Amino acid sequence: MAEVPATADVVVIGAGIVGNSLVHHLTRLGWKNVVQIDKGALPNPGGSTGHASNFIFTVDHSREITDITLDSVAQYKEMGVFTESGGFEIARTEERMEELRRRMSSARAWGIEAELVSPAFVKEKVPFIEEDQFIGAFWTPGVGVVDSLRAGTIMRERAQATGELTVVPTVEVIGLDTEDGPHGTRRITRVRTTGGDIEAKTVVIAAGVWSPKLGDMAGISIPLTPAVHQMISVGPCPQLTEKEGEISFPIIRDMDTFCYERQHGADMEVGSYAHRAILHEPEDIPSIEQAKLSPTEMPFTEDDFDPQLEQAYELMPELLGAEGAEIRYAINGLLSLTCDGNPILGESEVAGLWTAAAVWIKEGPGVGRAVAEWMTHGHSEIDLHHSDIARFHQHQKRREHTRLRTTESFIKTYGIVHPAEQYESDRDQRLSPMHDSQAKLGAVFFETAGWERPFWYESNADLLEQYGDAVMPREHEWDSRWWSPIINAEHLRMREAAAVIDLSAFCIFDIEGPEALDVVQRTCVAQCDVAVGKVIYTPVLDAKGGFRSDLTVMRLGDDHFRVVTGGAHGMADRAWFAGHLPEGGTTTLTDRTDDVSTIGIWGPRARDIVSSLTSDDVSDEGFGFLTCREITLSPPSGAGITVLASRISYVGELGWELYVPMSQAADLWEALLEAGAPHGARPAGIGVYGTTGRIEKGYRAYGAELDGERSIVEAGMQRPKVKAADFVGKEAYLAQREAEPKAVLCTLTVDDHTSASGMKRYMLGGEPILTRDGGALADGHGHHPYVTSAGSAPSLGKHVLLAYLPPEQATIGNELAVSYMEELYPVTVGSIDATPLLDPTNERIR
Amino acid sequence: MTNPLVCVKRVVDSSGEVVLTEDGQGVDGRYAGFTMSAHEECAVELAVQVAGATDGSATVMTLGDADAVEQLRTALAVGCTAATHVVADAQAYGPADVAREIAAVVRDHEAAGTPHELVLLGNDAADSGDFQVGIRLAYELGWPVVNGVSTVSVADGEVTASGAGPDGHETYRLPLPAVVTILEGGVEPRYPTVPGRMKAKKAPVEEREPVAAPTGTGRLRLVLPPPTPSSVEILGEGASAAPAVVDLFERLGVLAR
Repeated sequence: MAEVPATADVVVIGAGIVGNSLVHHLTRLGWKNVVQIDKGALPNPGGSTGHASNFIFTVDHSREITDITLDSVAQYKEMGVFTESGGFEIARTEERMEELRRRMSSARAWGIEAELVSPAFVKEKVPFIEEDQFIGAFWTPGVGVVDSLRAGTIMRERAQATGELTVVPTVEVIGLDTEDGPHGTRRITRVRTTGGDIEAKTVVIAAGVWSPKLGDMAGISIPLTPAVHQMISVGPCPQLTEKEGEISFPIIRDMDTFCYERQHGADMEVGSYAHRAILHEPEDIPSIEQAKLSPTEMPFTEDDFDPQLEQAYELMPELLGAEGAEIRYAINGLLSLTCDGNPILGESEVAGLWTAAAVWIKEGPGVGRAVAEWMTHGHSEIDLHHSDIARFHQHQKRREHTRLRTTESFIKTYGIVHPAEQYESDRDQRLSPMHDSQAKLGAVFFETAGWERPFWYESNADLLEQYGDAVMPREHEWDSRWWSPIINAEHLRMREAAAVIDLSAFCIFDIEGPEALDVVQRTCVAQCDVAVGKVIYTPVLDAKGGFRSDLTVMRLGDDHFRVVTGGAHGMADRAWFAGHLPEGGTTTLTDRTDDVSTIGIWGPRARDIVSSLTSDDVSDEGFGFLTCREITLSPPSGAGITVLASRISYVGELGWELYVPMSQAADLWEALLEAGAPHGARPAGIGVYGTTGRIEKGYRAYGAELDGERSIVEAGMQRPKVKAADFVGKEAYLAQREAEPKAVLCTLTVDDHTSASGMKRYMLGGEPILTRDGGALADGHGHHPYVTSAGSAPSLGKHVLLAYLPPEQATIGNELAVSYMEELYPVTVGSIDATPLLDPTNERIR
Repeated sequence: MTNPLVCVKRVVDSSGEVVLTEDGQGVDGRYAGFTMSAHEECAVELAVQVAGATDGSATVMTLGDADAVEQLRTALAVGCTAATHVVADAQAYGPADVAREIAAVVRDHEAAGTPHELVLLGNDAADSGDFQVGIRLAYELGWPVVNGVSTVSVADGEVTASGAGPDGHETYRLPLPAVVTILEGGVEPRYPTVPGRMKAKKAPVEEREPVAAPTGTGRLRLVLPPPTPSSVEILGEGASAAPAVVDLFERLGVLAR
């Protein structure tokens, strides 16, 4: 029995592609006394890496995943284990061709060489394909295959060469010990294994499909599920044996049948994502001894694969039906899936216990580097916020949620997924008190962080006639999917009268105690040492000056601050603030999200409506912009409702966010709608709040314009002065202010929407910005400009795009183009900083 | 023309650690999956070869529950052209019962105009290991039988079967019709082709009821033997370990110097 060292600075659990990459990058970044363990033997301990098909398609619609993939490819190349084969994604339908055009947008946006090609082009490179089975293809010459086991060995050996890594295979983790810290926190202390205990203050779970089981040992949720990906290997095929080496023909992704065909020496591997979702529990994976091949190569279930076999055969009959070609290997291979398709990375709620799981071969080395940087510096070069383990809300930590969502999403692995597409399973997890009322109003609910949020109300359909073409109707089904012109009608009504908006999904937490001011001062860029009753809008940075968040802070008392942030990123924000509470202090962070609902009321009549319900002074003199205080609203029927009113706006109108106890929120909602009706107010959905209202005002959104790779200066959000107090990222921010920006966030408007077919098209976000005649642009980072947010600006009568442009292109009136579905549309730069296109002097807010 | 019948049984793949079901009545296949034994894979291969060499056609049959059709399709995918499924609980049917059921199939097929001059079986089932069905079947049919051979060929109304015996290589010639049970090792069973698999999926399977209820002794429960202790001997590290590895290979008989 192998024995483990008694202590380590860091223990990495797992010797798959992720664990091996991690030990390499940790030792490279200076970590000492690193111990890596795995229950299997090396070099293939039996996890998903061992049976991976090992090919890498580089273009993904997600920038984060693409960047991690490109970094991984660079690392594989450096190690000499990458073979470039090129890859085709073929389309059998016109709908898929449109999706491939959209992939071209992503390829251009991320700067990856790609082109749309004819079946004849594919046939020339893949002679055994049947041209008449498909109508076109997306060609990425940089696609290739890797030897992930060899890469793992190389990285592990590099780490061992530093003298700082001890590798112990064939020991299994039997416990993860934690100890209690201040404020109900816990910290990792020890890894117990079949080979002895290791005392360690830092531990990384990089155990792939087994990670949830290990998480349970420390009482944390790592919400991934082992899922089957079926693959068969057919050979020897004479067309392949003629060629030397592992791969000579481009890989085919048959997108409409959810299959791929990838040459592997003399064999053709056919893999499928078309079968029913076959999920397993981590506890049900066989042990190494019980398994037939390896624990993650489960018995093949033929019936599930048969339909794909026929489709693959139709595509390559001469190859797959060649004399002597047999199905030599067939597995139900296990891989990891998550509820949102992203990896699970970062430090868990147990301090010192990190995760790096649900990572595929194409992301392994990139994830290893990024997580090692994060562990070392507190941030990574590539923004990882979509993959942060802190993102999960309570309802998402249930295995049931992962099971339901992955069952729904598995078939979409090669699917055509609209950017606004909603999940159908496990909905209605969090309902605002107004939900019943909203349902009666015909609310169309979209989900954010488990909350059901009205995006628009069918009850407002009567406004369509009133506003006519000003609602900017969209002709094309794709452009108008998950969208309604009612959003724009609600918007126009808000600008004309007022809108009442449910904001219950806000994540709200209070920081209270003697060090409360210190905590918010250290965390926030804006000056937080303000009078009680002030509202602060502030960026939150990491140490390198990238955005962690942007949010509002209210000072409710000398030692009491309330932080309000978006639901989607709220859990990560809460973890960030909690991580900045002083260890020995008595200051606490309390989550108020479930106690407090928020209702917004904005528009030129908002003051009239609110004042009709209260005797408190809500005049501009009595209740100034960016202040908050309690007021009591007294509906004609029913008791008075005391709310915390905050005069702030994300839609550029006069009005308030009203923070109300959950138990009274429904009453307040009804009171506002009733009092608002005579003034023309309507309920409005998140379509207005999140897109049309904000985009007319050029307000930036975290996750779209703002992330860890963007700076305040590039986002055009710098204020004249920087506060004297120290804060995270200050040094970097000061340096950014001195340097010339490498990119500038601009607002653009589309000049002409007419496509070649004559139909008007409306961009949805993610599209590349090019020169007017279609030439590529690159900013000072070498990045290509792309649309970070797109939406109607009904009050301007324009479709507005936000994008970071190269500084030399950031001039008002500059004429450029946006590429949408492979057609160019003229755009003009309207703003080169935070100056809004609508109401640039912010008169309306007053 | 010879139309062999080859008999297979759905069993748990035994290449990993054996896991029993909770009631101890069977082997749990959830980790390892289900298959036919290696002996039967060779029997199928030989049946297909015999049929091919004589312009006949090979029929596969099994006695088992509904899932056992998977093993029939596996055989259909590698060259069998007809399949018969006696739908019954294989655990409840002992060797005598199974032999009787096979004999009934042989007689019925003959009556229907497709006689099987040769019946091939695996030497023994991978799960129950009874070693009886072949002999009992031959007795039932009144046919000659040879057990434990690894190659079979048919010519001039005779079957030639050979394999390793206790004193050397043994070859038998039997007049047809005959029963032969196969030990793995004489032929390399083919894998299915893609068209073969597709054809197999659509091939009709004759389904039938057992002709009689099971008789004879029942099973109380299965038990696992105590795990055999294993020890690991490190032969060395790096290139210097090479001579020790060569010595070991010689001792194991996988390398001759």
